[in-house]
Amino acid sequence: MSQFLQALAQGLGQGSIYALIALGFVIIYKSTLVVSFAQPAFMITGSLFVVFLQEPLGFWGALAVGVVGTAILGLLIERLALRPMVGEPVFVVAIITIGVDIMLRVIQARLIGTDLRPIRDPWGFDSWILGDITIFQRDAARLAITLVIVAALFAFFKFSRFGLGMRAAAFDQETAMAQGINVGAVFAVSWALAGALAAVAGSLVDNGGSGISANTWVIALKALPAIIIGGLDSLGGAVIGGLAVGVVEALVGSYQSDLFPWLGSNFSVVSPYVLLLIVLMVRPYGLFGTPEVERV
Amino acid sequence: MSALIGQRGVSKRPELYISYEADMALFNTPAKRWSVLGLIALAALLPFVLTDDLLVLLARGFALAVGAIGLNLVTGYAGQVSLGHAFFVGLGAFTAAMVSGDPDGRQIGLGLPMIVWLPAAALVPAIIGALIAPIATRLKGLYLAIVTLGLVILGEHIFREARPITGGFGVGRPGVEAHLFGVSLTDTGAWFTGQQKTYWFALVLLAVLALLARNVARSAVGRAFAAVRDRDIAAEVIGVQLTRSKVLAFTISSAYAGVAGAVLYTITRQITPETFNLGMSVLFIAMVLIGGASTISGSIAGALFLTVVLRLSEELSRFASFIPPPGGRGGLLNSAQFSTVLYGLLIVGFLLFEPRGLFGVWIRIRNYWKGWPFSY
Repeated sequence: MSQFLQALAQGLGQGSIYALIALGFVIIYKSTLVVSFAQPAFMITGSLFVVFLQEPLGFWGALAVGVVGTAILGLLIERLALRPMVGEPVFVVAIITIGVDIMLRVIQARLIGTDLRPIRDPWGFDSWILGDITIFQRDAARLAITLVIVAALFAFFKFSRFGLGMRAAAFDQETAMAQGINVGAVFAVSWALAGALAAVAGSLVDNGGSGISANTWVIALKALPAIIIGGLDSLGGAVIGGLAVGVVEALVGSYQSDLFPWLGSNFSVVSPYVLLLIVLMVRPYGLFGTPEVERV
Repeated sequence: MSALIGQRGVSKRPELYISYEADMALFNTPAKRWSVLGLIALAALLPFVLTDDLLVLLARGFALAVGAIGLNLVTGYAGQVSLGHAFFVGLGAFTAAMVSGDPDGRQIGLGLPMIVWLPAAALVPAIIGALIAPIATRLKGLYLAIVTLGLVILGEHIFREARPITGGFGVGRPGVEAHLFGVSLTDTGAWFTGQQKTYWFALVLLAVLALLARNVARSAVGRAFAAVRDRDIAAEVIGVQLTRSKVLAFTISSAYAGVAGAVLYTITRQITPETFNLGMSVLFIAMVLIGGASTISGSIAGALFLTVVLRLSEELSRFASFIPPPGGRGGLLNSAQFSTVLYGLLIVGFLLFEPRGLFGVWIRIRNYWKGWPFSY
């Protein structure tokens, strides 16, 4: 039991990161119908802001600058590469975001170099010991920060005027435009929000100061199973999907080497994709996604 | 012969067709016929002119072109986005390497001749593709893209773990042992170097498979693919069997990917499992889109263009002092990183400014000269 609870706590912590990135994916998808494969690059951008600014500004200051900086990067990319493609097939636009991601990540790899770049967050390796389970403070912090952000986001979409506009634009762009909603601004804000969320994820991604490497971006890809499991157009689904992916990954990591050794080492890393296949075989639009209704 | 390339038009009237078959023919204008034959002849003679390292580069381009044609059939013609192409390329490469491999080597090898391993390299991925396709055809658009992305990641894990066959992470196994009539295609012989022979091998396969793909595309099967792509429900209404078309598209595409893998690792002499990752899938997508979606000639052009341009840009450090070679110090980006940035720029740039890719550029040039000196 303690092994289970231990893995659960760790999974929820890691899953919070996936949930944050998944939220960015879903926000962009809902407003522009594009899956942005540039999220990994956004996440690392956030990490790098903290890595390079934590000396002068401290962790929280650097985090704030990183969130704003990455949001601005998101705005720029939306304006330069995505806005001219409005109305093109979604797949083509998705490939553009892959191109953007490739370019950004090369520059980031150059900035990171061959070293590990540690993030000195306030919780580091500290932990609470409850009975015979150890809960790392970083996992609690990740979950807490994510829950606060999720609450704020839902309040924004529910109660603010612009959030209502974003929901309207997600529902039907042309009608929203006819009602006087600035759909261009909705696109821009979605990308900025996605960038900001990925930046928060990027500053939380380091495990106790062990460092950001040129391969850390792969973590962000696990938000893809999360959004598909939750359903591409469901914000709540993204959070649940992200947490589920984290928990499954941690549980598989904890139990698989004893129970199913034939699946090979590091199977936990790919287990989210197995979960993805299983969910999609049962529900082709994810757990909370809306099935597309098509007319000929 | 006429079944394979179609009938000819009316003599001296290149754009007058008196039968549907002549209009749909593979080479429906004399210019097309002569330019294709000319290009193949030119390509066949290149080994006598070019140095071996350039031949290796071009041969890799040919092998990748085979894979790009396969992806174009499923993504360009049938409209089913697949980010899983690298997995099938890997399946083909490992199948060919295992079937042809040295029975006394470190990894499993059967030591069988080309007549066995080349069809096997197409069949194994085709069967796996046909098994996976029914799951994939339940999904559409971006859901499908992400599921196929999952396929690549799971596939890479399987390749890493199947050590008796693949050699495992970071180790790999020797490439395909290619022999034709007892002559090794990879070792330097009395008359030709190994590079020259593998180049011809890749060229012949590309020519045959491109012809085959073009015929698939212009036949009823290909038209069914296009109907599924353009509007799947409407296609179903006019009598196209959706699931059958989609499964067929995946199967053919996987077979092409498998052959591409086999040829690729006849040229490259070591296969490592981690090569078949998301990056390789994206490379194939980029080749298809830069070349021009749903054109066979575009896939070939895109594959050759990307292979050559990216390789040459890695040599920039020789000409520009501010770009150091990989591993070198100083500079903003080293030449390998510069090449990757260029790759990203090419993808974004082509999609923004020439969505029909190199094929679109060619059409524009052709139409300009067709009407010259008039503007239309």
